[in-house]
Amino acid sequence: MTPSNEVENDTIGNELRDVRLNVIDERIKNVKNVIAVSSGKGGVGKSLVASALSLSLRRKGYRVGLFDLDLTSPSTHIILDVKGVQPIEDRGIIPPKIHGISYMSITYYSGDKPTPLRGRDFSNALIELMAITRWGDLDFLIVDMPPGISDATLDIIRLIKRSKFLIVTTPSKLAFETVKKLTKLLLDLHVEILGIIENMKLKSSDFIKLNVDRLGVKYLGEINFDENLEDALGDVDKFSKTEFFMRVEEITEELLKALASGSQ
Amino acid sequence: MHEWALAEALISTVIQVSKKEGLRRIFEIGVRVGELQDIDLEIFKFALMQLRPDYLKDAEFKFRIVKSRLKCRVCGLEWSPRKDELNESIREAIHFIPEIAHAYLKCPRCGSKDFDIIQGRGVWLEYVRGK
Repeated sequence: MTPSNEVENDTIGNELRDVRLNVIDERIKNVKNVIAVSSGKGGVGKSLVASALSLSLRRKGYRVGLFDLDLTSPSTHIILDVKGVQPIEDRGIIPPKIHGISYMSITYYSGDKPTPLRGRDFSNALIELMAITRWGDLDFLIVDMPPGISDATLDIIRLIKRSKFLIVTTPSKLAFETVKKLTKLLLDLHVEILGIIENMKLKSSDFIKLNVDRLGVKYLGEINFDENLEDALGDVDKFSKTEFFMRVEEITEELLKALASGSQ
Repeated sequence: MHEWALAEALISTVIQVSKKEGLRRIFEIGVRVGELQDIDLEIFKFALMQLRPDYLKDAEFKFRIVKSRLKCRVCGLEWSPRKDELNESIREAIHFIPEIAHAYLKCPRCGSKDFDIIQGRGVWLEYVRGK
């Protein structure tokens, strides 16, 4: 048989050749909102905010997924005390429910082994997880992002175009300097920013709020440094009684209002 | 059953390619399968048969298995990991996410975990032949 039209390697774009890219939209088609919890710097409390936000939304009756995309330094499994569970294999993988949240993390496969990943490998692992994870019906998929504006941030922007970013900073000028870069990048790329949370506040200061206002982004509120938080990690009951958690619950209300007004 | 997810991704890609190129009948679909991911070809083929739409019924899938090759960034050694070096749970982890190899494998010469997977990961659509 002589084919009259043959489409071969060079005419199939790279995006089509990598079959995984074509199924990512399908995997999240029944997810109403994708919120990437992000920052320019590490150690500002992204994973804690992402975990508390997920639990808080779940308590309000929403269907929630939490995806730990900090592939080289995951930590939400420690916060939520995820042990002894594995995803179910069924035409892909279905994340197990942890405290009512569909929870996905590379730690199901890497355990506590260090998994050093350079950029391309990081991107490949991220795409693989996104292509095989079946989230089902969710109101919110919360993505705990690694810090910075490298592979994960660029991939989430590229692959989940409807992602909305929730940015976490501390009162530190150093943290905010990196948050400014992240914010400007997202604004340049017309990615929706839900707002910025100022975490670990130790003393009264308008510095972050004023600068967030200057960027034209919503200041979602401050969270005081909570010295009891460390002792609550790994104990969700205790975690949900911390001042930190209660403050995230209040901010969640703000966030829901912002989302509701944005969708009208 | 991860093979089903990959089969779904492949069929979805073939559909996109054929739409883009205006192909109504597909004769042959070339698929490159990386050895590192340890895909069960029988399950993969079965899933493809189940998932393909009518206009792909006559299409033949041609598989090309690509051997795993890793290259150490520290000492430059290229090597292919042997399956029997890895226990089943590690093989399964790599099956789901090939980059998990960085958690379990290291350069056999210098012991570094800083290596590139230069070939043998994932499932790729190589070509679509049709009219």
